[in-house]
Amino acid sequence: MTKEKATSKKTEKVEAIVEKKVTKAVIMQGNEAVAKGALAAGCDFFAGYPITPSTEVAEILSNELPKIGGTFIQMEDEIASMCAIIGASLAGAKALTATSGPGFSLMQEAIGFAKITETPTVVVNVQRMGPSTGMPTSPGQGDIMQSRWGSHGDAPAIVLYPDSVKEAFQLTIRAFNLAEKYRSCVVLLMDEVLGHMREAVTLPDLSTVRVINRIKPTVPPQWYKHYDENQKYLSPIASFGEGYRFHVTGLTHDDHGFPTNKPNEAAKMMERLNKKIKHNIRDLVQIETEHMHEAKVAVFAAGIMGRASKEAVKMARAEGLKVGLLRPLTIWPFPDDAVTKMLKDVDAVVVPELNEGQLFHELERLVRERKDGSLHRLNRNDGTVITPAEILTKIKEVYNG
Amino acid sequence: MAKIPQRKIHDYLRHDKKFPHVWCAGCSNGIVLGAVIRAIDELKLNRDNIVMVSGIGCSSRMPVYVDFNTLHSLHGRAIAFATGVKMYKPGMKVIVITGDGDATAIGGNHFIHAARRNLDLTVVLLNNNIYGMTGGQYSPATPHGDKATTTPYGNIDPNFDICKLAIGAGASHVARTTAFHAIELQKQIKEALEHPGFSLVEAICACPVIYGRLNKKGDAPAMMRNMRDNSIPIKAAEKLPPEQVAGKILRGTFIKEVRAEYTDAYQKMMDQLSPKEGE
Repeated sequence: MTKEKATSKKTEKVEAIVEKKVTKAVIMQGNEAVAKGALAAGCDFFAGYPITPSTEVAEILSNELPKIGGTFIQMEDEIASMCAIIGASLAGAKALTATSGPGFSLMQEAIGFAKITETPTVVVNVQRMGPSTGMPTSPGQGDIMQSRWGSHGDAPAIVLYPDSVKEAFQLTIRAFNLAEKYRSCVVLLMDEVLGHMREAVTLPDLSTVRVINRIKPTVPPQWYKHYDENQKYLSPIASFGEGYRFHVTGLTHDDHGFPTNKPNEAAKMMERLNKKIKHNIRDLVQIETEHMHEAKVAVFAAGIMGRASKEAVKMARAEGLKVGLLRPLTIWPFPDDAVTKMLKDVDAVVVPELNEGQLFHELERLVRERKDGSLHRLNRNDGTVITPAEILTKIKEVYNG
Repeated sequence: MAKIPQRKIHDYLRHDKKFPHVWCAGCSNGIVLGAVIRAIDELKLNRDNIVMVSGIGCSSRMPVYVDFNTLHSLHGRAIAFATGVKMYKPGMKVIVITGDGDATAIGGNHFIHAARRNLDLTVVLLNNNIYGMTGGQYSPATPHGDKATTTPYGNIDPNFDICKLAIGAGASHVARTTAFHAIELQKQIKEALEHPGFSLVEAICACPVIYGRLNKKGDAPAMMRNMRDNSIPIKAAEKLPPEQVAGKILRGTFIKEVRAEYTDAYQKMMDQLSPKEGE
C-alpha cells in the first residue's frame, strides 16, 4: 500500500482507534490522552526522543501512526526531533514532538525557528522537577517562563496548560488547531502527575471534534508570498512539493521569505509575529472561573495546581468563605484582561505554584498600581505537590488577614 | 559539462531575487553550485520535487540562490530538518548542502545517524577546512598543524577524514573530489542523486580569503592548482606505496552499495500492518 492510499484510509482508522473510547468512560493516563488527542486532531507525524515522564506519548504513537499511514521516527536527540517536525510540517504534516524539561531546553533554538518561519508545530512538555536532570519522576512547574521566553530573541508564544486527562485530550486538539491557524509553534505544558495520572474520562465523539487545517494558497506560484498579510495576520501556507518553490530561512526575512537586512522589512516581520497574537487574543485566551462574581479572595493557578486549587475553593466555600478560582487554560499569551478584572474585584489573590513564583511575577506586573499585600504566593519546589488542604490553609490565612 | 550552456544554470537560479551572492572572489562554492545544477539538469529532475536543505555557514547560503523548494535551516541541523521532509514525503528528492563545521562538528550527531539509517538523502558537503562565515576559526576538518583565527599557534586537533566517518556510520554511497575537478564532481553528484540511500559527496573547496591567507596557500588559482597536484584517484593510489599517498586528497567513490533504505523499510512496515486486499 502506498503512503497516499494509507492516508485516504486514515480518517476511518483514526476513528477506529479513538472510537472505542468515546461511548463510555475509560481509565486513561494524561500522556495517553495527549496521543489520542493528537490523532483526533489529524497528527500524522511524530519525531521524538525518549525522556521521562513523556515517553508514553511516543510509545503510543509509535504503535498507532504506522497503522494509519502516518510517520513515527525516534530521532537521535531532542534537537533533531524538533527540527524533523519542522521539516515535516513544511512538507505538509501535522507534526508533534513530546518531551520534558531537559529536552525542552534542547529544543529552544528550533522552537524559535518554527516561530520566525511561522511553521505549524506542536510541542508537548510534560514538566518534571528541575533544574537540570532534577527529579525525573516528580512534578514541578519550573518551565512556565521557559515556555514563554526559552528561545532567544523576542517572539510571542502560545502555551496551553490542562488540569485533567480529559482536558489534556481537548487541549492537544486545540494546540494543533492553533498551530495550524496561527502558523506557529504551540506548546502544551503538562505536569508529571497529570502525564502519569490515570482517571476515568469520557472522550467526545470524534464527529464533534473541530479540526482546523492550515489555509492553502489559491494564487498561482508566481504570486505566492510565503508570509502574505491580511487583516488578522493569518496567511495561507504552501507545502514543499506543491509547485510553489518558496524559500524558508531562520534569517530575518521579507514577505517572500528571502533574507533581508533592511530595518523596515525586519520591523514588518516582527510586527507580523507579534500582531497575529495581539490581534487574536480573544481567540487564544481561555480561562476557567468559579465563583468569581462574589469572591473576596481568589486563587489563581494553572495545570495540576489549578486542579488542587479548585478542590481547595470547594472546601473553602463549604465553610462559607467567599473564595473564587481563576484558572488559565492558555497561560501564554497571558490573560491580562481577566486577571486585571480579578485583581480589581477581589481583596487578595493566592497563587499556588510548584516553582519559586513564575505566574506570580505576571500578577505582580499587573497589580503594580494596587497597594501591597494583596498578592500571596504559595510555592513548593521539592518534587511534591501542594495539597488542597494546604491551599485552604493559605486561603484562610489571607481571608482573615 | 561544456555541452550545457551557461544559460541552463541561469534557468535554475533566482537571478532576479537574491543576487549578487555572498561568496568571496575565488571561493569554490559557486563551482559546486554549478555542478549540483548540471547534475540535476542531466537527470531531468522535476524542480518542484526537489527540496534543498542547508544549515548555517558559507556553503549553506546556497539554497537561497536556486529555484527549488529551499530550506535554510539551523547550524548543524540541516540533516535533521531533511529527515523530517524526506520521512513525510519520501517521493521528494532531498538534497542537503552543508559544510565541514556544519556537518561534522555541531551537526555530527545528525550526520552519523542519518547515515546509519541509510535514509535517502543526497548530502553535498563543501569542505573548505575552516569556519568561513564567522571569520576563520578551526573546524574538525582543519588539518593538524594549520592556522586558523582560534589556532594562532597551529592546530593541535587531529582532523576528521569525513568520508571514513560516513562509511563507518553506515552511509551506502560515499565519494570525494575537489572543486578543481568540476566534471568529476558533477558526475559524483549525479551518481549520488541516483543512489537509493544515504549518499555523501565531499567536495574539497578553496577558501583563499581566509584559510588560504592564514596558511600561506597562495591565491585562488594557486589553491586550485594545489587541488590538481595534490590529489589522486583512489585507483591510482592503490598502486602507489603508502609514502606517496600520505597527505594527498583521495578522489573517487569509496563505497557504493545498495542496502535497505529507511523510507522503504518504513513503508514495508506499514504494508505489513495494513489489511491485505480482499480481507
